[in-house]
Amino acid sequence: MREFDVSLITSNIKEMCIQANHFLSDDMKEVFVKAVDSEESDLGKKVLNQLSENLEIAGSEMIPICQDTGMAVVFIKVGQEVHFTGGNLEDAINEGVRQGYVEGYLRKSVVDDPIIRNNTKDNTPAIVHYSIVEGDKVEITVAPKGFGSENMSRVFMLKPADGIEGVKEAILTAVKDAGPNACPPMVVGVGIGGDFEKSAIMAKQALTRHLEDKPQIDWVRDLEDEMLEKINSLGIGPGGLGGKNTALAVNVNTYPTHIAGLPVAINICCHVNRHVTRSL
Amino acid sequence: MDKKISMPLSEEAALSLRAGDYVYITGTIYTARDAAHKRMDETLARGEELPFDIKGSCIYYMGPSPAREGRPIGSAGPTTASRMDKYAPKLLDLGLRAMIGKGKRSQAVRDAIVRNKAVYFAAVGGAGAILSQRIKKSEVIAYDDLGTEAIRKLYVEDFPVIVVSDTEGNSLY
Repeated sequence: MREFDVSLITSNIKEMCIQANHFLSDDMKEVFVKAVDSEESDLGKKVLNQLSENLEIAGSEMIPICQDTGMAVVFIKVGQEVHFTGGNLEDAINEGVRQGYVEGYLRKSVVDDPIIRNNTKDNTPAIVHYSIVEGDKVEITVAPKGFGSENMSRVFMLKPADGIEGVKEAILTAVKDAGPNACPPMVVGVGIGGDFEKSAIMAKQALTRHLEDKPQIDWVRDLEDEMLEKINSLGIGPGGLGGKNTALAVNVNTYPTHIAGLPVAINICCHVNRHVTRSL
Repeated sequence: MDKKISMPLSEEAALSLRAGDYVYITGTIYTARDAAHKRMDETLARGEELPFDIKGSCIYYMGPSPAREGRPIGSAGPTTASRMDKYAPKLLDLGLRAMIGKGKRSQAVRDAIVRNKAVYFAAVGGAGAILSQRIKKSEVIAYDDLGTEAIRKLYVEDFPVIVVSDTEGNSLY
Protein backbone atom coordinates (compact mmCIF):
# COMPACT_ATOMS: atom_id res chain seq x y z
CA MET A 1 0.00 0.00 0.00
CA ARG A 2 1.23 3.49 -0.94
CA GLU A 3 -0.19 6.52 0.81
CA PHE A 4 -0.73 9.24 -1.80
CA ASP A 5 -1.68 12.79 -0.80
CA VAL A 6 -4.16 14.23 -3.31
CA SER A 7 -2.49 17.67 -3.13
CA LEU A 8 0.15 16.16 -5.45
CA ILE A 9 -2.62 15.50 -7.99
CA THR A 10 -3.76 19.14 -7.76
CA SER A 11 -0.30 20.66 -8.23
CA ASN A 12 0.53 18.42 -11.18
CA ILE A 13 -2.77 18.97 -12.98
CA LYS A 14 -2.37 22.72 -12.57
CA GLU A 15 1.06 22.60 -14.26
CA MET A 16 -0.12 20.20 -16.95
CA CYS A 17 -3.05 22.44 -17.96
CA ILE A 18 -0.66 25.36 -18.43
CA GLN A 19 1.99 23.28 -20.21
CA ALA A 20 -0.45 21.68 -22.66
CA ASN A 21 -1.86 25.07 -23.66
CA HIS A 22 1.51 26.68 -24.43
CA PHE A 23 3.78 23.93 -25.74
CA LEU A 24 3.36 21.33 -28.47
CA SER A 25 4.31 17.75 -27.49
CA ASP A 26 7.51 16.43 -29.11
CA ASP A 27 5.75 13.84 -31.27
CA MET A 28 3.27 16.44 -32.57
CA LYS A 29 6.16 18.82 -33.27
CA GLU A 30 7.83 16.20 -35.46
CA VAL A 31 4.79 15.59 -37.70
CA PHE A 32 4.01 19.31 -37.82
CA VAL A 33 7.49 20.18 -39.11
CA LYS A 34 7.13 17.48 -41.76
CA ALA A 35 3.88 19.09 -42.90
CA VAL A 36 5.48 22.55 -43.13
CA ASP A 37 8.28 21.11 -45.27
CA SER A 38 6.03 19.13 -47.58
CA GLU A 39 3.15 21.52 -48.29
CA GLU A 40 2.92 22.67 -51.90
CA SER A 41 -0.14 24.97 -52.04
CA ASP A 42 0.61 28.69 -51.62
CA LEU A 43 -2.17 29.45 -49.14
CA GLY A 44 -1.47 26.14 -47.39
CA LYS A 45 2.16 27.14 -46.91
CA LYS A 46 1.14 30.56 -45.61
CA VAL A 47 -1.19 28.97 -43.07
CA LEU A 48 1.43 26.48 -41.88
CA ASN A 49 4.10 29.18 -41.60
CA GLN A 50 1.70 31.28 -39.55
CA LEU A 51 0.93 28.31 -37.29
CA SER A 52 4.64 27.63 -36.96
CA GLU A 53 5.36 31.21 -35.90
CA ASN A 54 2.33 31.02 -33.62
CA LEU A 55 3.86 28.08 -31.75
CA GLU A 56 7.11 29.99 -31.20
CA ILE A 57 5.30 33.06 -29.88
CA ALA A 58 3.08 30.95 -27.62
CA GLY A 59 6.06 29.39 -25.88
CA SER A 60 8.29 32.46 -25.67
CA GLU A 61 5.60 35.01 -24.72
CA MET A 62 3.41 32.63 -22.72
CA ILE A 63 0.30 33.34 -24.80
CA PRO A 64 -1.89 30.22 -25.19
CA ILE A 65 -1.43 28.55 -28.62
CA CYS A 66 -5.20 28.91 -29.14
CA GLN A 67 -7.72 31.12 -27.35
CA ASP A 68 -9.96 28.06 -26.94
CA THR A 69 -7.94 26.54 -24.13
CA GLY A 70 -10.51 23.79 -23.99
CA MET A 71 -12.52 21.79 -21.55
CA ALA A 72 -10.06 19.83 -19.42
CA VAL A 73 -10.24 16.11 -20.16
CA VAL A 74 -8.34 14.03 -17.62
CA PHE A 75 -7.46 10.34 -17.96
CA ILE A 76 -6.25 8.95 -14.65
CA LYS A 77 -4.87 5.43 -14.19
CA VAL A 78 -4.67 4.54 -10.54
CA GLY A 79 -2.53 1.64 -9.32
CA GLN A 80 -4.60 -0.57 -7.04
CA GLU A 81 -1.92 -0.37 -4.31
CA VAL A 82 -2.53 3.38 -4.00
CA HIS A 83 -4.44 4.77 -1.02
CA PHE A 84 -5.41 8.42 -1.52
CA THR A 85 -5.29 10.69 1.55
CA GLY A 86 -5.94 14.36 2.24
CA GLY A 87 -9.30 14.63 0.50
CA ASN A 88 -11.50 13.52 -2.34
CA LEU A 89 -9.67 12.61 -5.58
CA GLU A 90 -12.15 14.24 -7.96
CA ASP A 91 -12.15 17.47 -5.93
CA ALA A 92 -8.34 17.47 -6.13
CA ILE A 93 -8.47 17.07 -9.91
CA ASN A 94 -10.95 19.94 -10.28
CA GLU A 95 -8.88 22.12 -7.94
CA GLY A 96 -5.88 21.54 -10.24
CA VAL A 97 -7.93 22.59 -13.25
CA ARG A 98 -9.23 25.65 -11.39
CA GLN A 99 -5.71 26.77 -10.38
CA GLY A 100 -4.28 26.06 -13.83
CA TYR A 101 -6.96 28.01 -15.68
CA VAL A 102 -7.21 30.93 -13.25
CA GLU A 103 -3.49 31.40 -12.50
CA GLY A 104 -2.35 30.42 -15.99
CA TYR A 105 -4.43 33.05 -17.84
CA LEU A 106 -6.36 30.34 -19.70
CA ARG A 107 -9.86 30.94 -21.04
CA LYS A 108 -12.81 29.82 -18.94
CA SER A 109 -14.98 28.01 -21.45
CA VAL A 110 -17.27 25.87 -19.28
CA VAL A 111 -20.96 26.61 -18.58
CA ASP A 112 -22.75 25.06 -15.61
CA ASP A 113 -25.78 23.78 -17.51
CA PRO A 114 -26.13 22.94 -21.21
CA ILE A 115 -29.34 24.99 -21.56
CA ILE A 116 -29.14 27.71 -18.90
CA ARG A 117 -25.44 28.29 -19.72
CA ASN A 118 -23.87 30.29 -16.90
CA ASN A 119 -20.08 30.32 -17.13
CA THR A 120 -18.50 28.59 -14.09
CA LYS A 121 -15.64 31.14 -14.34
CA ASP A 122 -12.89 28.65 -13.45
CA ASN A 123 -13.25 26.09 -16.26
CA THR A 124 -14.45 23.36 -13.89
CA PRO A 125 -15.66 20.71 -13.84
CA ALA A 126 -13.18 18.59 -15.76
CA ILE A 127 -14.23 15.48 -17.63
CA VAL A 128 -12.53 12.62 -15.80
CA HIS A 129 -11.99 9.06 -17.01
CA TYR A 130 -10.74 6.68 -14.30
CA SER A 131 -9.16 3.29 -14.64
CA ILE A 132 -7.74 0.96 -12.03
CA VAL A 133 -4.46 -0.71 -12.98
CA GLU A 134 -1.76 -2.84 -11.33
CA GLY A 135 0.93 -1.30 -9.14
CA ASP A 136 1.34 1.72 -6.89
CA LYS A 137 1.69 4.55 -9.41
CA VAL A 138 -0.75 7.16 -10.65
CA GLU A 139 -0.57 8.11 -14.33
CA ILE A 140 -2.35 11.28 -15.40
CA THR A 141 -3.02 12.55 -18.91
CA VAL A 142 -4.45 16.04 -19.27
CA ALA A 143 -5.91 16.77 -22.72
CA PRO A 144 -7.60 20.20 -22.94
CA LYS A 145 -10.12 19.86 -25.78
CA GLY A 146 -11.31 22.76 -27.91
CA PHE A 147 -14.80 22.60 -29.35
CA GLY A 148 -14.18 23.80 -32.90
CA SER A 149 -12.98 20.30 -33.63
CA GLU A 150 -15.01 18.54 -30.91
CA ASN A 151 -18.24 19.74 -32.58
CA MET A 152 -17.21 17.94 -35.77
CA SER A 153 -16.78 14.57 -34.05
CA ARG A 154 -19.13 11.66 -34.75
CA VAL A 155 -20.29 8.24 -33.56
CA PHE A 156 -21.57 5.80 -36.21
CA MET A 157 -23.34 2.60 -35.08
CA LEU A 158 -22.44 0.49 -38.13
CA LYS A 159 -23.59 -3.06 -38.78
CA PRO A 160 -21.17 -6.00 -38.87
CA ALA A 161 -21.86 -6.37 -42.62
CA ASP A 162 -20.52 -2.84 -43.19
CA GLY A 163 -17.07 -4.18 -42.30
CA ILE A 164 -13.79 -2.38 -42.84
CA GLU A 165 -15.10 -0.51 -45.89
CA GLY A 166 -17.91 0.94 -43.77
CA VAL A 167 -15.35 2.04 -41.19
CA LYS A 168 -13.25 3.80 -43.83
CA GLU A 169 -16.30 5.57 -45.22
CA ALA A 170 -17.34 6.71 -41.74
CA ILE A 171 -13.89 8.21 -41.08
CA LEU A 172 -13.79 10.00 -44.44
CA THR A 173 -17.33 11.32 -43.97
CA ALA A 174 -16.46 12.82 -40.59
CA VAL A 175 -13.27 14.41 -41.93
CA LYS A 176 -14.98 15.84 -45.03
CA ASP A 177 -17.82 17.29 -42.93
CA ALA A 178 -15.29 18.78 -40.51
CA GLY A 179 -13.42 20.49 -43.36
CA PRO A 180 -12.18 23.96 -42.42
CA ASN A 181 -14.13 24.04 -39.13
CA ALA A 182 -11.77 21.72 -37.26
CA CYS A 183 -8.65 23.85 -37.83
CA PRO A 184 -6.80 21.49 -40.18
CA PRO A 185 -4.23 20.02 -40.39
CA MET A 186 -6.08 17.83 -37.93
CA VAL A 187 -5.39 14.75 -35.87
CA VAL A 188 -8.04 12.05 -36.15
CA GLY A 189 -8.74 9.77 -33.19
CA VAL A 190 -10.82 6.69 -33.98
CA GLY A 191 -12.41 4.13 -31.66
CA ILE A 192 -13.71 0.94 -33.26
CA GLY A 193 -15.68 -1.67 -31.33
CA GLY A 194 -16.90 -1.77 -27.74
CA ASP A 195 -20.32 -0.14 -27.43
CA PHE A 196 -21.70 3.38 -27.92
CA GLU A 197 -19.72 5.16 -25.17
CA LYS A 198 -16.68 2.90 -25.24
CA SER A 199 -16.04 3.77 -28.88
CA ALA A 200 -16.18 7.50 -28.11
CA ILE A 201 -13.84 7.24 -25.13
CA MET A 202 -11.40 5.14 -27.20
CA ALA A 203 -11.45 7.77 -29.93
CA LYS A 204 -10.43 10.43 -27.42
CA GLN A 205 -7.82 8.16 -25.87
CA ALA A 206 -6.42 7.47 -29.32
CA LEU A 207 -5.71 11.20 -29.71
CA THR A 208 -3.47 11.10 -26.65
CA ARG A 209 -1.48 8.08 -27.84
CA HIS A 210 2.18 8.84 -28.56
CA LEU A 211 2.60 8.89 -32.33
CA GLU A 212 5.51 6.46 -32.21
CA ASP A 213 3.42 3.84 -30.37
CA LYS A 214 1.96 1.86 -33.24
CA PRO A 215 -0.99 -0.53 -32.82
CA GLN A 216 -0.16 -4.21 -32.29
CA ILE A 217 -2.89 -5.47 -34.64
CA ASP A 218 -1.84 -5.60 -38.31
CA TRP A 219 -5.12 -4.43 -39.85
CA VAL A 220 -5.32 -1.49 -37.43
CA ARG A 221 -1.81 -0.35 -38.33
CA ASP A 222 -2.64 -0.65 -42.02
CA LEU A 223 -5.89 1.24 -41.52
CA GLU A 224 -4.07 4.14 -39.86
CA ASP A 225 -1.62 4.41 -42.78
CA GLU A 226 -4.28 4.06 -45.45
CA MET A 227 -6.64 6.59 -43.87
CA LEU A 228 -3.88 9.17 -43.41
CA GLU A 229 -3.07 8.87 -47.11
CA LYS A 230 -6.73 9.01 -48.17
CA ILE A 231 -7.49 12.01 -45.94
CA ASN A 232 -4.48 13.87 -47.29
CA SER A 233 -5.66 13.32 -50.83
CA LEU A 234 -9.00 15.06 -50.09
CA GLY A 235 -7.38 18.44 -50.75
CA ILE A 236 -8.91 20.20 -47.71
CA GLY A 237 -5.44 21.38 -46.69
CA PRO A 238 -4.15 23.69 -43.93
CA GLY A 239 -6.89 26.02 -42.71
CA GLY A 240 -9.23 24.29 -45.17
CA LEU A 241 -7.76 26.49 -47.91
CA GLY A 242 -6.42 23.67 -50.06
CA GLY A 243 -3.28 21.58 -49.95
CA LYS A 244 -1.95 18.13 -49.21
CA ASN A 245 -1.74 18.37 -45.43
CA THR A 246 -5.25 17.81 -44.13
CA ALA A 247 -4.30 15.43 -41.30
CA LEU A 248 -1.06 15.00 -39.39
CA ALA A 249 -1.98 11.62 -37.91
CA VAL A 250 -4.73 9.03 -37.66
CA ASN A 251 -4.72 7.03 -34.41
CA VAL A 252 -7.05 4.05 -34.11
CA ASN A 253 -7.90 2.13 -30.93
CA THR A 254 -10.04 -1.02 -30.92
CA TYR A 255 -11.93 -3.20 -28.43
CA PRO A 256 -14.06 -6.38 -28.60
CA THR A 257 -17.69 -5.75 -29.49
CA HIS A 258 -21.13 -7.40 -29.67
CA ILE A 259 -22.11 -9.93 -32.39
CA ALA A 260 -24.69 -7.45 -33.70
CA GLY A 261 -22.59 -4.28 -33.76
CA LEU A 262 -19.71 -2.29 -35.21
CA PRO A 263 -19.51 1.06 -33.39
CA VAL A 264 -17.10 3.61 -34.89
CA ALA A 265 -16.34 6.91 -33.18
CA ILE A 266 -14.29 9.67 -34.76
CA ASN A 267 -12.92 12.35 -32.46
CA ILE A 268 -11.36 15.16 -34.42
CA CYS A 269 -8.66 17.41 -33.04
CA CYS A 270 -6.78 20.41 -34.38
CA HIS A 271 -3.07 20.45 -35.25
CA VAL A 272 -2.08 21.17 -31.65
CA ASN A 273 -3.65 18.01 -30.21
CA ARG A 274 -2.86 19.15 -26.67
CA HIS A 275 -1.98 16.44 -24.20
CA VAL A 276 0.54 15.96 -21.40
CA THR A 277 1.14 12.73 -19.49
CA ARG A 278 2.90 12.31 -16.14
CA SER A 279 3.50 9.28 -13.99
CA LEU A 280 3.57 9.94 -10.24
CA MET B 1 -2.79 38.42 -53.92
CA ASP B 2 -1.68 40.33 -50.80
CA LYS B 3 -3.65 43.49 -49.98
CA LYS B 4 -3.91 46.00 -47.16
CA ILE B 5 -7.28 47.42 -46.09
CA SER B 6 -8.58 49.63 -43.31
CA MET B 7 -11.63 49.24 -41.10
CA PRO B 8 -14.39 50.34 -41.12
CA LEU B 9 -14.56 49.01 -44.67
CA SER B 10 -16.03 51.15 -47.46
CA GLU B 11 -18.29 49.56 -50.06
CA GLU B 12 -15.68 50.42 -52.69
CA ALA B 13 -12.95 48.60 -50.77
CA ALA B 14 -15.21 45.59 -50.22
CA LEU B 15 -15.89 45.41 -53.96
CA SER B 16 -12.16 45.26 -54.68
CA LEU B 17 -11.63 42.08 -52.65
CA ARG B 18 -11.71 38.61 -54.21
CA ALA B 19 -11.98 35.14 -52.65
CA GLY B 20 -8.45 33.89 -52.08
CA ASP B 21 -6.89 37.33 -51.42
CA TYR B 22 -4.55 37.43 -48.44
CA VAL B 23 -5.42 40.66 -46.62
CA TYR B 24 -3.89 42.68 -43.77
CA ILE B 25 -6.48 44.64 -41.80
CA THR B 26 -5.78 47.83 -39.85
CA GLY B 27 -8.46 49.65 -37.88
CA THR B 28 -11.36 49.14 -35.49
CA ILE B 29 -13.31 45.87 -35.37
CA TYR B 30 -15.73 44.36 -32.84
CA THR B 31 -15.81 40.90 -31.27
CA ALA B 32 -19.00 38.92 -30.79
CA ARG B 33 -19.67 35.20 -30.60
CA ASP B 34 -22.58 32.93 -29.65
CA ALA B 35 -23.95 34.56 -26.49
CA ALA B 36 -23.41 38.16 -27.70
CA HIS B 37 -25.21 37.41 -30.96
CA LYS B 38 -28.15 35.99 -29.04
CA ARG B 39 -28.32 39.18 -26.95
CA MET B 40 -28.00 41.46 -29.99
CA ASP B 41 -30.83 39.54 -31.62
CA GLU B 42 -33.00 39.98 -28.51
CA THR B 43 -32.08 43.69 -28.45
CA LEU B 44 -33.25 44.12 -32.04
CA ALA B 45 -36.43 42.16 -31.33
CA ARG B 46 -37.25 44.69 -28.58
CA GLY B 47 -36.67 47.51 -31.07
CA GLU B 48 -33.61 48.80 -29.19
CA GLU B 49 -30.22 50.01 -30.47
CA LEU B 50 -27.25 47.68 -30.87
CA PRO B 51 -24.25 48.43 -28.61
CA PHE B 52 -22.16 49.70 -31.54
CA ASP B 53 -22.79 51.27 -34.95
CA ILE B 54 -23.28 48.29 -37.22
CA LYS B 55 -23.08 50.26 -40.51
CA GLY B 56 -19.82 49.48 -42.30
CA SER B 57 -18.52 47.55 -39.29
CA CYS B 58 -16.64 44.27 -39.01
CA ILE B 59 -17.44 41.56 -36.46
CA TYR B 60 -14.68 39.18 -35.41
CA TYR B 61 -16.06 35.86 -34.10
CA MET B 62 -13.67 35.52 -31.19
CA GLY B 63 -13.55 35.06 -27.43
CA PRO B 64 -10.04 35.73 -26.09
CA SER B 65 -8.13 34.14 -23.26
CA PRO B 66 -7.37 36.60 -20.39
CA ALA B 67 -4.64 39.23 -20.94
CA ARG B 68 -1.45 39.04 -18.92
CA GLU B 69 -0.40 42.29 -17.18
CA GLY B 70 0.67 45.00 -19.61
CA ARG B 71 -0.91 43.38 -22.65
CA PRO B 72 -4.20 44.36 -24.34
CA ILE B 73 -5.50 40.83 -24.80
CA GLY B 74 -4.66 37.12 -24.52
CA SER B 75 -4.76 34.49 -27.22
CA ALA B 76 -7.21 35.70 -29.87
CA GLY B 77 -7.90 33.39 -32.82
CA PRO B 78 -11.17 32.89 -34.71
CA THR B 79 -14.03 30.61 -33.68
CA THR B 80 -16.30 28.63 -36.04
CA ALA B 81 -18.47 31.10 -37.95
CA SER B 82 -21.38 28.77 -38.78
CA ARG B 83 -22.68 28.98 -35.21
CA MET B 84 -23.51 32.62 -35.93
CA ASP B 85 -25.27 31.83 -39.24
CA LYS B 86 -28.67 32.09 -37.60
CA TYR B 87 -28.04 35.76 -36.74
CA ALA B 88 -25.71 36.99 -39.52
CA PRO B 89 -28.19 37.71 -42.37
CA LYS B 90 -30.16 40.17 -40.23
CA LEU B 91 -26.97 41.99 -39.17
CA LEU B 92 -25.74 42.10 -42.77
CA ASP B 93 -29.07 43.61 -43.86
CA LEU B 94 -28.56 46.27 -41.16
CA GLY B 95 -25.22 47.25 -42.67
CA LEU B 96 -22.59 44.86 -41.26
CA ARG B 97 -19.86 44.95 -43.90
CA ALA B 98 -17.43 42.22 -42.84
CA MET B 99 -17.07 39.15 -40.68
CA ILE B 100 -13.94 37.31 -39.57
CA GLY B 101 -14.17 33.68 -38.45
CA LYS B 102 -13.32 30.24 -39.68
CA GLY B 103 -15.21 27.55 -41.58
CA LYS B 104 -18.13 27.33 -43.97
CA ARG B 105 -21.25 29.57 -43.98
CA SER B 106 -24.87 28.72 -44.79
CA GLN B 107 -26.49 29.56 -48.12
CA ALA B 108 -28.59 32.21 -46.35
CA VAL B 109 -25.44 33.96 -45.13
CA ARG B 110 -23.75 33.69 -48.53
CA ASP B 111 -26.83 35.22 -50.17
CA ALA B 112 -26.88 38.06 -47.61
CA ILE B 113 -23.17 38.71 -48.28
CA VAL B 114 -23.82 39.22 -52.01
CA ARG B 115 -27.05 41.20 -51.41
CA ASN B 116 -25.26 43.65 -49.12
CA LYS B 117 -21.85 43.73 -50.84
CA ALA B 118 -20.16 42.36 -47.74
CA VAL B 119 -17.13 40.13 -47.17
CA TYR B 120 -16.43 37.04 -45.07
CA PHE B 121 -12.81 36.58 -44.05
CA ALA B 122 -11.14 33.59 -42.42
CA ALA B 123 -8.35 34.07 -39.93
CA VAL B 124 -6.14 31.04 -39.32
CA GLY B 125 -7.75 28.79 -36.72
CA GLY B 126 -5.26 27.92 -34.01
CA ALA B 127 -3.08 30.99 -34.54
CA GLY B 128 -4.31 32.77 -31.40
CA ALA B 129 -0.88 33.85 -30.13
CA ILE B 130 0.30 35.53 -33.32
CA LEU B 131 -3.11 37.17 -33.85
CA SER B 132 -3.00 38.43 -30.25
CA GLN B 133 0.11 40.43 -31.11
CA ARG B 134 -1.66 42.20 -33.98
CA ILE B 135 -4.33 43.51 -31.58
CA LYS B 136 -3.08 46.78 -30.14
CA LYS B 137 -6.09 47.87 -28.06
CA SER B 138 -9.04 46.04 -26.54
CA GLU B 139 -11.96 47.42 -24.57
CA VAL B 140 -15.17 45.70 -23.42
CA ILE B 141 -18.06 47.86 -24.64
CA ALA B 142 -21.06 45.64 -23.84
CA TYR B 143 -22.24 42.51 -22.03
CA ASP B 144 -19.32 42.48 -19.59
CA ASP B 145 -21.07 39.74 -17.60
CA LEU B 146 -20.50 37.33 -20.49
CA GLY B 147 -16.76 37.19 -19.72
CA THR B 148 -14.86 36.03 -22.79
CA GLU B 149 -18.09 36.37 -24.80
CA ALA B 150 -18.51 40.11 -24.08
CA ILE B 151 -18.44 42.53 -27.02
CA ARG B 152 -14.98 44.07 -27.36
CA LYS B 153 -13.87 47.01 -29.48
CA LEU B 154 -10.45 46.14 -30.89
CA TYR B 155 -7.85 48.18 -32.72
CA VAL B 156 -5.82 45.88 -34.97
CA GLU B 157 -2.73 46.47 -37.10
CA ASP B 158 -1.82 44.30 -40.10
CA PHE B 159 -4.18 41.62 -38.89
CA PRO B 160 -3.82 38.71 -41.39
CA VAL B 161 -6.96 37.21 -42.94
CA ILE B 162 -7.99 35.48 -46.16
CA VAL B 163 -11.07 36.40 -48.19
CA VAL B 164 -13.38 33.37 -48.22
CA SER B 165 -16.62 34.88 -49.58
CA ASP B 166 -16.52 38.03 -51.71
CA THR B 167 -19.17 40.50 -52.89
CA GLU B 168 -19.73 38.57 -56.13
CA GLY B 169 -20.57 35.30 -54.42
CA ASN B 170 -17.26 33.52 -54.99
CA SER B 171 -16.26 31.18 -52.17
CA LEU B 172 -12.84 29.78 -51.42
CA TYR B 173 -13.83 26.56 -49.61
